[in-house]
Amino acid sequence: MLESLLVVLLIAAVAWIGSCIGLTAVFGIVLPYVAVLVFIIGLVKRMIYWAKSPVPFAIPTTGGQERSLDFIPYAKLDCPSSKFGVFVRMVLEVCCFRSLFRNTQACTFENDPVNGGARVVYYSSKWLWFFSLLFHYCFLIVFLRHFRFFMEPVPSCIGIIEAVDGVLQIGAPRFFLTGGLLLCALLFLLARRIFDQRLRYISLANDYFPLFLLIGIVLSGICLRYFDKAEIAQVKIFIMGLTHFSPVISGLDLNGMFIVHLTLVCTLLIYFPYSKLVHMPGIFFSPTRNLPTNTREVRHVNPWNPPKQFFTYPEYEDTYRDAMAAAGLPLEKQPEKKPTE
Amino acid sequence: MAKLPSPKDLLASRPDFPAESWLDTKPEFAPGSYCYPEKKETMELLHMPNPHDWDPSAEDWNLPDDWEKILCDAFADRLAKHRSLKLFMDICVRCGACADKCHFFLGTNDPKNMPVLRAELLRSLYRRDYTKLGKILGKKVGARGWDKNVVKELFYYAYQCTECRRCSLFCPYGIDTAEITAIVRELMHEVGLGTHWIMDPVKNCSFTGNHLGIKPHSFKEIVEMLADDCETVTGIRPKTPFNEKGHEILFITPSGDVFADPGIYTFMGYLLLFHELDLDYTLSTYASEGGNFGSFTTFNMAKKLNAKMYAEAERLGSKWILGGECGHMWRVVNQYMATYNGPSPSHMTVPKSPITGTVFKNAAATKMVHITEFTADLIRHGKLNLDPSRNDHIITTFHDSCNPARAMGLLEEPRYILKHVCNHFVEMPENTIREQTFCCGAGSGLNTEEIMELRMRSGMPRGNALRYVQQKYGVNHMACVCAIDRATLPPLANYWAPGVNVSGLHELVANALVMKGEPKRTMDLRQEDLPGVEDDAEGGEDQ
Ligand code: SF4
Ligand code: SF4
Repeated sequence: MLESLLVVLLIAAVAWIGSCIGLTAVFGIVLPYVAVLVFIIGLVKRMIYWAKSPVPFAIPTTGGQERSLDFIPYAKLDCPSSKFGVFVRMVLEVCCFRSLFRNTQACTFENDPVNGGARVVYYSSKWLWFFSLLFHYCFLIVFLRHFRFFMEPVPSCIGIIEAVDGVLQIGAPRFFLTGGLLLCALLFLLARRIFDQRLRYISLANDYFPLFLLIGIVLSGICLRYFDKAEIAQVKIFIMGLTHFSPVISGLDLNGMFIVHLTLVCTLLIYFPYSKLVHMPGIFFSPTRNLPTNTREVRHVNPWNPPKQFFTYPEYEDTYRDAMAAAGLPLEKQPEKKPTE
Repeated sequence: MAKLPSPKDLLASRPDFPAESWLDTKPEFAPGSYCYPEKKETMELLHMPNPHDWDPSAEDWNLPDDWEKILCDAFADRLAKHRSLKLFMDICVRCGACADKCHFFLGTNDPKNMPVLRAELLRSLYRRDYTKLGKILGKKVGARGWDKNVVKELFYYAYQCTECRRCSLFCPYGIDTAEITAIVRELMHEVGLGTHWIMDPVKNCSFTGNHLGIKPHSFKEIVEMLADDCETVTGIRPKTPFNEKGHEILFITPSGDVFADPGIYTFMGYLLLFHELDLDYTLSTYASEGGNFGSFTTFNMAKKLNAKMYAEAERLGSKWILGGECGHMWRVVNQYMATYNGPSPSHMTVPKSPITGTVFKNAAATKMVHITEFTADLIRHGKLNLDPSRNDHIITTFHDSCNPARAMGLLEEPRYILKHVCNHFVEMPENTIREQTFCCGAGSGLNTEEIMELRMRSGMPRGNALRYVQQKYGVNHMACVCAIDRATLPPLANYWAPGVNVSGLHELVANALVMKGEPKRTMDLRQEDLPGVEDDAEGGEDQ
């Protein structure tokens, strides 16, 4: 855990120093291009890597009643038998984290009065669901808000997002709700890993690193907006330059914090395709969710299905013919008469 | 078998998490925590790779010399064959949502029984060979190389997972640890590691047609004895057609029901039901196994054992197959059979109930119908004369088996039937039933005696839930639709909720079934007196 924190701090420090000693061009121009390239190529490669392996078996997890007899209502959302149903299931999964919504917490009581002994009780536990959802949606909104820097003129929908986001009307510049919530959600996810014994036990450096990285990005972003303010107009010129492939940087007044923010974002982009963060495209590939539950109705074909090899009936009858005949079981071929008879 | 600790001691003896990281701990092969290994001869007979003698508790497992290469190659091969594996290796975020969903974890508190860590055992190897970060940073990011202890660990935890898929229901990405376990077991088989309790039935099924190795003539004899018992109880001797050509339906059920108490009563239930309907069906001694222990070893073995079903339907000219109550059998039938061995033989037709005319469109490709779908439809159409009061002495609950629940969605049919054949039906707590059901603790080939304590641990969530309804509502019976359950739940109930009986659903159906021309019933299928029999001994006939 500490290593992950240190690495993030180190990256930030290097970016800061870089900006001080005049390496802005490296961190401001080279790194972003490299990062975006790595991100796109890396993700595409990962998806191709997955797609190269076939889906030999249809193994959807059925989360409710199958569609069978007419008088039995079936679970259209959790056990979808049609492509459209699967689409809805996936939308709910991706947009609402439906599986996570089911989450429960098991508590084992040693002396339950009803059981007169052990009893495991399952409490609904929606915290993880809530904060994950909060994190992902806030991140999305913050991401969309940043399009203000990428587009000229700024699309009106971004203005609307900003207006809603700043609805609290606190401070100047106005405080964006999502920024704060994003930080809260990240801190919750981090606290879970640190204070929940089970989570702590399974967590690896590769779990802490993206959390610290994201926290770093959010903190530096908040800093740029409210404290060590970036020169918005200059940032926009810089970013528009990048997006139009004619980067300008000399003469612009970009502060160190901005370079730190940018560098951390680039780190995230580079890290993304090589880490667990590929769960983002990955979920769409998940065979326990993205296949219809009509496996008895429509045959799923396995491209590497090996040839059939089994103990055939003729072999079986050859093995047991006499006993079968004696037991009066029907036979394909009658046993040969024994010579003595 | 060692004496079991009391439930209290069992609970209290769950150790805390170890202080070291999971990458540094090793499993201890204490007696009772692992299944016995399979014999070399059996593995040879089945042409399994690298058969050898070994002992799980020994230091050296006598792995083949090039074991590491075999495993690395096999892993690469599985990654190339299964998108699910690649994906599940890549996208887990270690959110921990699956952690306390596993009955093995709840019962043992062993961190490696959290589905996420069970998968990490393999994922750590994947990281080293298939991810950039793992290659560069190694252990820091949870990557490690193969060594013999890792093999032991994989084996140990792959046989402490019943492939129940409860974790996959709760995982935000649907990561199915059962799939990973299945593939780890395949890998273990590549270096000749398998368990006796699984491989022996596989061998039997391969060469005699069923797990128990019952030969054709004995199979017939046993079923005829069961028919005699039916006659003792009902006064009617059901017919027992065997290997007969030209019948509309081929009936296949797990062989455990022919052989073991209390499954035999379920089997008697089938015989009586079919007789009452005058169903045009046949049994087969060749395809006399619905279950598929092959599915607990490798995909290919599952395919091989499953192939007999279509082959026999083809030979006998049956139009469709009716399948009995079983859990993993239906995982295979519902999600694998058509893929493995389909398309179904060309003469087979979309199943249609000859009694009600209902067409089972949901089985259009496999041509195989679950008996509870069939019976629920009969009841719906009023085709059965049922007297649920004959089951009035029981207050029953229903155990959803993992596979029908999470790999099929068969939830309502059994309940519909149960409510029509029993007047007293109580559900267990909601997080332990339906798609959230808990395993009996011994599925996927772990229903063996030598790990009884482990089974009682993994059965704790189910046992607790049963105990709860027993204490609160006086439940004294648990119905299920799985042959493994019928073998594993009685000891479980005995341990966690003594006094609860276990039976298949069709035992209760047959108990309630009023057959044409039957004399008044005085006993149930277990030949126990029906309640109130003495009271109205003088009360005259009721039909
Ligand atoms: S719920 Fe899924 S993503 Fe979360 S830790 Fe478990 S397997 Fe990984
Ligand atoms: S499939 Fe079942 S037994 Fe296996 S890890 Fe998941 S919850 Fe546990």
